[in-house]
Amino acid sequence: MKKLFAALAMAATMGLASGPAHAAEATPIPEHTWQFEGIFGTFNRASAQRGLQVYNQVCSSCHGMKYVAFRTLKDLGYSEDQVEAIAAQYTVTAGPNDQGEMYQRPAEPTDTFPSPYANRQVAMNANNGVYPPDLSVITNARPGGAEYIRALLIGYKEPPADANMSPGQYWNKYFPGHKIAMPQMLVDGAVDYQDGTQATASQMAHDVTTFLHWASNPHMEERKRMGIKVILFLIVLTGLLYAVQRKVWSDVKK
Amino acid sequence: MASDYQTPYKGVLGWLDDRLPVINFADQHLRFYPTPKNLTYAWNFGSLAGIALVIMIVTGIVLAMHYTPHTEYAFASIQKIMRDVNYGWLLRYIHMNGASFFFIVVYIHIFRGLYYGSYKQPREVLWGLGVIILLLMMATAFMGYTLPWGQMSFWGATVITNLFSAVPVFGDEITRWLWGGFAVGNPTLQRFFSLHYLLPFLIVGAVMLHLVALHRYGSNNPTGIEPKGKQDQVPFHPYYTVKDLFGLGVFLIALSLFVFYAPNYLGHADNYIPADPLVTPAHIVPEWYFLPFYAILRAIPDKLGGVIAMFASVLVLFVLPWLDRSRVRSGKYRPIFKQFYWLLVLDVLVLGYVGAMPAEGIWIPIGRVATAYYFAYFLVILPLLGVFERPKPLPNSISDPVIKGGGQPAGAAAKPMEKA
Repeated sequence: MKKLFAALAMAATMGLASGPAHAAEATPIPEHTWQFEGIFGTFNRASAQRGLQVYNQVCSSCHGMKYVAFRTLKDLGYSEDQVEAIAAQYTVTAGPNDQGEMYQRPAEPTDTFPSPYANRQVAMNANNGVYPPDLSVITNARPGGAEYIRALLIGYKEPPADANMSPGQYWNKYFPGHKIAMPQMLVDGAVDYQDGTQATASQMAHDVTTFLHWASNPHMEERKRMGIKVILFLIVLTGLLYAVQRKVWSDVKK
Repeated sequence: MASDYQTPYKGVLGWLDDRLPVINFADQHLRFYPTPKNLTYAWNFGSLAGIALVIMIVTGIVLAMHYTPHTEYAFASIQKIMRDVNYGWLLRYIHMNGASFFFIVVYIHIFRGLYYGSYKQPREVLWGLGVIILLLMMATAFMGYTLPWGQMSFWGATVITNLFSAVPVFGDEITRWLWGGFAVGNPTLQRFFSLHYLLPFLIVGAVMLHLVALHRYGSNNPTGIEPKGKQDQVPFHPYYTVKDLFGLGVFLIALSLFVFYAPNYLGHADNYIPADPLVTPAHIVPEWYFLPFYAILRAIPDKLGGVIAMFASVLVLFVLPWLDRSRVRSGKYRPIFKQFYWLLVLDVLVLGYVGAMPAEGIWIPIGRVATAYYFAYFLVILPLLGVFERPKPLPNSISDPVIKGGGQPAGAAAKPMEKA
């Protein structure tokens, strides 16, 4: 489906759209099957919820999602109470209070996933001079999208002998330039899934990527559902217009 | 001062039309407006471009209600639109992809004009107004792409505004003046937003003039022969209203495929990374619709030369009506022109592809050859073809497209060419 669509898109844009997204710099990204792909794609709620658990227990120690509000987690099937409990695991800086001071409080559903670092400089200082990116729109922000993110998370390898690695650098098959500052975080059993699913590295990569793809495209399901209706309507309307056109033009001599 | 206008209508309509003769105007220019009866679907793209402009203005006005033109808040306000504004994602995806589709439609419209000689006497001003619209569109699209304040927004704006530093003597002054500072920054973003809101309305004005000029001599047609009377024409309504509506349906289906199923396909992933003046993206690439021009810019090894070539590649269209010396309008009757024309289409596609590739290796010579052909087509080939090409015999009229062996009609312009 994806390939067909890419081919259509290429035709529609007269072949001009082959932008830098296709200029491969690293190893080709392996194909992966997602439930959110295709015109009927939906987010697998169980997978996305497991992905949130991976985010909470692993990713969030370095990354924030400053545009994703806890309240939107209800879209993934959480109840109001569950959302409040998830938010309360995080601490946010609020204020100033009546004394004019900033203070820390547990996050509320209206807050967004905070970054663990107070500012960019703190983050860079703690991570060998590299800034852990905000993950709010991460699957849209990388060529290859969700597929690339998943591959990256499990793409760690021993560096080749001539790699000349600096301290704090890790070798990743899929990262452009291969030297990445993020260590391999997803190892088998890194989290203990609440629903009993076995937490292999590839399972966690799949789940957290599903979650991040939802975070990047929270209205994707609504968009795809609407698309079907809109396009079917337009096909019928256009067909009718074509029939009307034939009828109107039938009295014109060529 | 009273004019001697007599309204043809009765009753309330007549009362209104007598005081404000727009009903008569609409009837003359939309309803009874005589149009060649042989227009193909290639003639759908003018009205489609007009509709695309309206779609862009309507979605743009609503987006502007939620957007914040400030370097600190622009990216966040887009995220707000995408997540929290009711149907904000739909508005933005229509606006984003609508820009691409606007260009697709306008490029097809231009290439139709190039093939059928729609720029030729007496439609030179109509054509020139079209080139002005294209220039305004390019400026609008470029500034619009800056507004999300992503990495490609920032670096694209930096690269393009830096082009002006190639101007001799005053280059740096001009660039700083454009930026409103010493680099692309908040003043730049704010003026780009202001201009991005203004220019579409200038396009509307230019479109109006484009239509006034169009209705002076009417549409060209696939034969390139002016209608010779009623038998060659049909009233615009219902014949072309329904045909344009059908075309609109096809256009909206194509646009919807992108809006709903590949909304980010035509954009760059880098633009979902907030602008960072300290981190340069690996490849700074403009939107796809600028790639042929970008390829021309990079084909010239000299910066100023590249800038001149890039602007010249559009400006040459202004003088096209006087470069093409052939008195036969339609490419249909020009066997040699036809081949060069399709080579030009291929050439522009190649330029677009080269524009997306890094400026290295084989892409450099390919880009140079393609650039050379682009200019040669307008500056060398068309003027020479007008002299040396022997066109096919023209039909007598639109209604009589069958070519009768011998005699040429007096009005047809094929004969004089044969002398050369």
